[in-house]
Amino acid sequence: MNPSRVRHSEISALARIARGSLTLITAAFIGLFVLLPLINVFAQAFSKGVGGYVHTFFAAPPPHGVRMPIHQKLQMLRAASEARRTRSAIAMTLVVGTTTVAFNAVFGIAAAWAIGKFRFRGKTLLISLIDLPFSVSPVVAGLIFVLLFGREGVLGAWATHLIWPDPFSIYWRGFSGHWWPLGASQQLEGIIFTPLGIVLSTIFVTFPFVARALIPLMESQGIEEEQAALSLGASGWQTFRRVTLPNIRWALLYGIVLCTCRAYGEFGAVSVVSGNTDANDTIPLRVEKLWQGYDTQAAFALASLLASLALITLLIKATVDWRRARMSRISESVTP
Amino acid sequence: MPTRRVIPGFGLSMGYTLTYLSMMVLIPLAALILKSAQLRWSEFWSTISDPIVISAYKLSFGASLLAAAINGVFGLIAAWVLVRYQFLGRRCLDAIVDFPFALPTAVAGLTFSNLYSPRGWMGSFGNRLADGCNFLLGRFHFAFQFNPARFASLNFQLANTNAGIVVVLVFVGLPFVIRLVQPVLQELDVELEQAAASLGAGPFTTFRRVIFPEIFPAWLAGLALAFARSVGEYGSVIFIAGNIPGKSQIAPQKIIDFLYGFENGGSAKATAIGVVLLAASLTVLVLINAIQWWSRRYER
Repeated sequence: MNPSRVRHSEISALARIARGSLTLITAAFIGLFVLLPLINVFAQAFSKGVGGYVHTFFAAPPPHGVRMPIHQKLQMLRAASEARRTRSAIAMTLVVGTTTVAFNAVFGIAAAWAIGKFRFRGKTLLISLIDLPFSVSPVVAGLIFVLLFGREGVLGAWATHLIWPDPFSIYWRGFSGHWWPLGASQQLEGIIFTPLGIVLSTIFVTFPFVARALIPLMESQGIEEEQAALSLGASGWQTFRRVTLPNIRWALLYGIVLCTCRAYGEFGAVSVVSGNTDANDTIPLRVEKLWQGYDTQAAFALASLLASLALITLLIKATVDWRRARMSRISESVTP
Repeated sequence: MPTRRVIPGFGLSMGYTLTYLSMMVLIPLAALILKSAQLRWSEFWSTISDPIVISAYKLSFGASLLAAAINGVFGLIAAWVLVRYQFLGRRCLDAIVDFPFALPTAVAGLTFSNLYSPRGWMGSFGNRLADGCNFLLGRFHFAFQFNPARFASLNFQLANTNAGIVVVLVFVGLPFVIRLVQPVLQELDVELEQAAASLGAGPFTTFRRVIFPEIFPAWLAGLALAFARSVGEYGSVIFIAGNIPGKSQIAPQKIIDFLYGFENGGSAKATAIGVVLLAASLTVLVLINAIQWWSRRYER
């Protein structure tokens, strides 16, 4: 019997007091350590109203041909340049984070397929190795890439002279005279202190997320459905797309969203490899700079974007759990 | 092991997994090992036994241990309440437990340092409480007013203190104990407790002799995970820590100081500290696996 359905009269007064106080302690603990900080993010972000919130992202420069006091003009210029830096940090985060998630999602699916559908020796070791980045400090994660690709690094001589096109300067040049239609107007050199280093360290830190979301599910689902599809003449790719993918799509979505959340918000590793330049700022680095410049409201406004993403992640997690619970209820009612 | 596999794609997926794993994780980690192997032992030892570095380790490990202990006590209570009791808002509380896992650490550090700063909600809690009481008293025409100075001890100004580090680490490690203990409690048979009660055991004896031994491995693993996560934590801590070397500076901050400081051989020193941090977290990882292996010893 579920203990929560015990009738009230059956519970002694002492048990009722214990129950009430334990519930209060839990509510206070979670409220103080989780709910209050969350509310504070949005309260501080909107502390100057909705206008102030929008102003941190879209402050307009002073209009041409309008006479105004010079200090006001300078203030507007400064606000506009701050907003431009904030927007460029958002763009950098979107590019870097999305690249990272794409790589880790493909890896996660491949790893879950290999581990979940086949039996082989050393499976536990492989899972432990995939989990390894969880237990490495983010700063150490940044440090290892500096030690690998930095000037004194193991591959330093090669990496510091690596020239590659700046992804933010890519433009369409057409097919006339080229076989490849995209060109880049700027080149970047090296790996550390460039977006490439940020991508690499973010991939390392968020490495296990998609794989971890998929492996237990694929292991528990077994291979019967795939075998049935294959015996009916489906190709391997068709089996994956039509049978496996629909079974794992919610877990995959949760893994991808959680990975996105962590990739967009990664701070320690990125701050080691970004070199503290404005051009390499991601959202968390920009938040730190705004906070150090005593612009608390702007820091919280930018942070509220990441907090909203975290809330969406929780929502998807709740949906996934709810669906799984419903599925297991259905299967329980079907099998006697 | 089957000689012929029915499901296709083993070679492709396994090959890709291993290649990607080596390129992104194993080779970079090997660089750390290689670099630290190039250090002379005396150099390595003098770096990690420097009093300032030692105090950074003490702070990192001490604060993480304290935070894990707090999470161990309150996380256990929370897991119990969330599994066993029905009350309004239980589902919401249960869903929000995962929030520290999804919230970027920098945002956590930002909001905690703001909450516990002198002008934040918790930092001026006493003053706000006094103001609220005085407002209500005045509203109902009482002549009496509280002296706000009497409430000063309720101003939790923890920003730039080491207590603040513990608070933010409690947040960071909060989901681990709850999420590991919850499923074990869920599976626990209530009849065991009823049997214990019918044999004359009080609630505390039942908990100590029947329930706690069952959840102990999961609880310990949760503690270890929370500890491991906290030891390497950087993003949230630097917002709220004072960052004074030797007093309120954590070990990961020391790595960055050495790496980008103006000291000679800084990168070697950073490597030495990084190796120690990595060794510590790997030890905890092995410990967790050992706990889980030990807890399943009867199932085999």
